[in-house]
Amino acid sequence: MCSTCGCGRADERHDHAHEHSHGAGHDHGAATPSVLKVEQAILAENDRFAAYNRGFFSGRGIRCFNLISAPGSGKTTLLEKTLEALLGRGRSCCVVEGDQQTDNDARRIARTGAPVHQIQTGRACHLDAHQVGHALEHLAPREGSIVFVENVGNLICPTEFDLGEHERVVLLSVTEGTDKPAKYPLAFRSASAVVIGKLDLLPHVDFDVDEALRLIAGLNPRARVFRLSAKTGDGMAGWLEWLSAGAS
Amino acid sequence: MHELSIATSLVETAARNAEAAGARSVVSLDLKVGALAGVEPDALSFCFPVAARGTICEGAELRLEVGPGSGTCAACGGKTEVRDLLAPCPACGAWPLAVEGGREMRLESLEVT
Repeated sequence: MCSTCGCGRADERHDHAHEHSHGAGHDHGAATPSVLKVEQAILAENDRFAAYNRGFFSGRGIRCFNLISAPGSGKTTLLEKTLEALLGRGRSCCVVEGDQQTDNDARRIARTGAPVHQIQTGRACHLDAHQVGHALEHLAPREGSIVFVENVGNLICPTEFDLGEHERVVLLSVTEGTDKPAKYPLAFRSASAVVIGKLDLLPHVDFDVDEALRLIAGLNPRARVFRLSAKTGDGMAGWLEWLSAGAS
Repeated sequence: MHELSIATSLVETAARNAEAAGARSVVSLDLKVGALAGVEPDALSFCFPVAARGTICEGAELRLEVGPGSGTCAACGGKTEVRDLLAPCPACGAWPLAVEGGREMRLESLEVT
């Protein structure tokens, strides 16, 4: 449960069958309300920070990838193997880790040698552009490097928050349901790439790759799709090539 | 449940505009939320009073209009309302539709005193 405001908990006890009264115990005064036209995106503030981050990256020739998936899809393992490969080729990479609690993932990432900054979101279920901006101050990524953001494991909330990334990668593993793209269409629709991971486990599960590909293509015909196993290395070459492309 | 973050952002946007106009309080907020936006109107309405507490928006009424999603069928070329990203074209049954509208989350106007 995302208990940012505790409303999930409150909801369990709170009957919504009644009307919410505005209450009669106060006076609005005699002033006649006037109407102010606003016409602004509700997340304009986040979008402003995202634009700042995007400028930060672009000015330094940095590519930023925002990794989004359900918990347990294998984001951290994919990232570990990806970093080992890219660092081995002499690419400079760093990582912004988002988790509700613990720095377990950051410690795993640090063992690859990549600089990592952990954001503990506490009760929040997503990273926002403001947090990522501060993480960049700590990491000070080098010109021409790659910045990975491992978002909080969640396929719903992170979708709405632009972090200023160049590419949004949604990861789906074959141990999940084939219909996950149908259940979380906004996440898959917003992705520039989709990774179908843990492919080495395919013989042991009922995941239907063709059906998943059909759903992804229908929701998002422009998305690049990578099928791979971070564990065996199968399919990693195309993924690494795509990550490296466009970066100096 | 990212609606508290969205509600907080909404309150900040409203407060900034109201204060810039020299308003004393915000009476109501008119919002337009697309049917395909990733926000649940009920959850947003529930979180709004929490986010508004102690601000110029405290006690304000939140009026939320859900705008329809729209799209074009690649197969028959028909324009249609899109309620659901997985729904096929109502005219010819083809899927997917090219979705054009319905992702907006916008504060349209405020009533202030």
